[in-house]
Amino acid sequence: MIVETGHFALALALAISLVQMVMPIWAARSGDPALRQIASQAALGAFACILFAFAALTYAHVTSDFSVQNVVENSHTQKPLIYKISGVWGNHEGSMLLWVLILTLFGACVAAAKNSVPPRLRANTLGVQGLITFVFVLFIITTSNPFSRVIPAPLEGNDLNPLLQDVGLAIHPPLLYIGYVGFSISFAFAVAALIDGRIDAVWARAVRPWTLTAWSFLTLGIAMGSYWAYYELGWGGWWFWDPVENASLMPWIAGTALLHSTVVMEKRDALKVWTVLLAILTFSLSLIGTFLVRSGVITSVHSFATDPTRGVFILAILILFIGGSLTLFAWRAPLLRQGGLFAPISREGALVLNNLFLVAGCATVLVGTLYPLLLEMLTGEKITVGPPFFNSTFVPLAIPLLLIVPAGQALAWKRGDVLAAAQRLFAALALALVVGFGVLALTWGGPVMAPVGIGLGVYLLIGSALEIVSRARGYGSSRARSLGQIGRRAIGLPRSAWGTALAHAGVGVVVLGIAAQGWAAEGLATLKPGQSLTTGPYTATLERVAPRKGPNYEEAAAYLTIRTRAGDEVGQVETGKRFYPSRKMAVTESGLLTIGVSQVYASLGEIGQDGSVGLRLYYKPLVLLIWLGAVVMAAGGGLSLTDRRMRVGAPAKAKARPLPNAVPAE
Amino acid sequence: MKASASLPLPIDGASALRSGSESGMRGRFGAAVLLLSVLLTPAYAVQPDEVLKDPVLEHRAREISAELRCLVCQNQSIDDSDAPLAKDLRLIVRERLEKGDSDKSVLDYVVARYGEFVLLRPVFAPHTLLLWLTPVLAVLLGGFGIWRLARRRVPATGRSLSAAEEAEVAALLRRE
Repeated sequence: MIVETGHFALALALAISLVQMVMPIWAARSGDPALRQIASQAALGAFACILFAFAALTYAHVTSDFSVQNVVENSHTQKPLIYKISGVWGNHEGSMLLWVLILTLFGACVAAAKNSVPPRLRANTLGVQGLITFVFVLFIITTSNPFSRVIPAPLEGNDLNPLLQDVGLAIHPPLLYIGYVGFSISFAFAVAALIDGRIDAVWARAVRPWTLTAWSFLTLGIAMGSYWAYYELGWGGWWFWDPVENASLMPWIAGTALLHSTVVMEKRDALKVWTVLLAILTFSLSLIGTFLVRSGVITSVHSFATDPTRGVFILAILILFIGGSLTLFAWRAPLLRQGGLFAPISREGALVLNNLFLVAGCATVLVGTLYPLLLEMLTGEKITVGPPFFNSTFVPLAIPLLLIVPAGQALAWKRGDVLAAAQRLFAALALALVVGFGVLALTWGGPVMAPVGIGLGVYLLIGSALEIVSRARGYGSSRARSLGQIGRRAIGLPRSAWGTALAHAGVGVVVLGIAAQGWAAEGLATLKPGQSLTTGPYTATLERVAPRKGPNYEEAAAYLTIRTRAGDEVGQVETGKRFYPSRKMAVTESGLLTIGVSQVYASLGEIGQDGSVGLRLYYKPLVLLIWLGAVVMAAGGGLSLTDRRMRVGAPAKAKARPLPNAVPAE
Repeated sequence: MKASASLPLPIDGASALRSGSESGMRGRFGAAVLLLSVLLTPAYAVQPDEVLKDPVLEHRAREISAELRCLVCQNQSIDDSDAPLAKDLRLIVRERLEKGDSDKSVLDYVVARYGEFVLLRPVFAPHTLLLWLTPVLAVLLGGFGIWRLARRRVPATGRSLSAAEEAEVAALLRRE
């Protein structure tokens, strides 16, 4: 009964989203602003319906209702409860429902954010949002219905793919989807602006919190996915340039560019058309990502099931949204009043360069991901574009981008002074060089790029600290005289300033973590109990190998003791091979020992008849910084969001600042 | 996350056991079944017995392996893959290196046998020109666009705010 009601709620959401889409247009036609209000209510209603449908599917999974096809295919009575819940979105149908749930959640938030968005913009945005909801709910109902029944109901389910039976599945897709789908709001805002034919700093201010929210979650989602792949797949890599990873990276890069261009638009009234285009492109890339993953064009563990009908449907959705929005852009963008200009040497100039390198990097990833597909379609030639290609093209674009980060912050808006900026950055540059060369000298004979990376990371960290210091110190006559005064002013700085500095520091932390992998070590041996393997500064001794039993798997586990080279015990590690009878699959469970922010990573290989085991042991120095840095970046985004300017219905500020677009452009 | 090549592999091992597990043997037999299944699991990435004695040669073998695709896997290098075919390729690479081939001639040898598809770093040739030039073209085109934008003369901002816009600005200011 609950399942049927869920199914009905899904159908109801389809109808409501149609209302949400049509009402703003009707309101504009009839000139009756009261009709606009209906769009808001429809957005809330659509969210309530999808939430109910989602809850119904979760109920079916948790109670192991095997009369539902989706539950049969992805669940098992003996599966632990957390995986019964996360299994709801660990399959195609359920994950699309989660996608739409988040979509309507964002719609409901826009509808509820009465004060921060001008009414007309809000209504149009909700209308566009309604169209997206309508199309995706239609997609679910016609091609991917999670509520299909099966008669007769089997007694037991097929269980979830063992690779997905991990806490990672509980967290990674929701975070990623909040990111992906969050950009639909920026997209809807952009299309609404195009429909309206006007765009200004008010628009930029309204769209920024949504972009920032989406970006922060996407950052976390990508980091989470990367860490999951790192520990689950058992060979210690953290980024593989897999098409599916690229699919999430592209909207992230475009979203990063969008965040920065929105700032320029808000402060300087420039880059309007470009910002609108970026907002469209960012969500388009999210859709392309969904298409790549869901259509089965690229088969991987992410595609769960492949079905050509779905592929064609998603392709149609892509053409509708990307083609439609770009056509609208080409038609309406010339109407948008081009605003202020920028001087090359200024903060906005630096942000434009930031956009240049980000977009070039994004284009490289996009072309690299799709090139083999397109080439094979056009000429039949089969080539592979793998990690070596991306490393040798993306990294050279990323380095200048990272060098600009502190420079941009050191330059003033409008007219920057290169010399003054260089002076301000002197400490960061000097320290980075000292650290870089120091590390190079200490590790002489080792990798050369690693010390360079460490220097770059230090430069970014010091640079972001200088952001705060130089802003607190102020300029000219209002320059702070004492350290105490700088400290007091720093505390008083807006949270968005701290958020920016924190996010930039996070980038530095990531760079440090990546650079340190230059010193990673790997060892490989066949061990019998009592024997040892040394990798980097640590030695692992195999204590014993023993079978053990999990709720829905059998496991052979190897117990290892990790010691330093001097012989002091650091800790214990267990690594195993699990066998899932229901799926007849074996999965390697890696064993991790965290020492500070470094890790020792053990992975079990073949088990020989004589009781010997193949063991891979990695030493990963500072590896946790890669993901911690991403968390710091997202925290920066979150901190910015709490800034009073971004808060929904923020209390009035005592001193009203003039809007940037009220100031005549230079 | 990406697909692991370990996905299809254990099926060989497990299918041999299917009759056993389907007849409901669990518990005590579980461990035996498990161990057996592990025994039947094929090779696992680089095996200890594959490693060359000469560390310099082995290092070169690893570097070359990272450039070669495991043909039956999804976007995995032969260095990361535990598929039997990847093992064969790793052995071929090491064999050629021991015979004194240069890195390039090892790669050429593998490409001659398996085609260009095996290279994770595509060759620079007419059919990959666009691929390799994308980063450069993107920066150049973008740079040109920025240069045009920066040179543009400032048009006088002729239009002032309309009455409706003034009201909206005033309303927003009041709320701030």
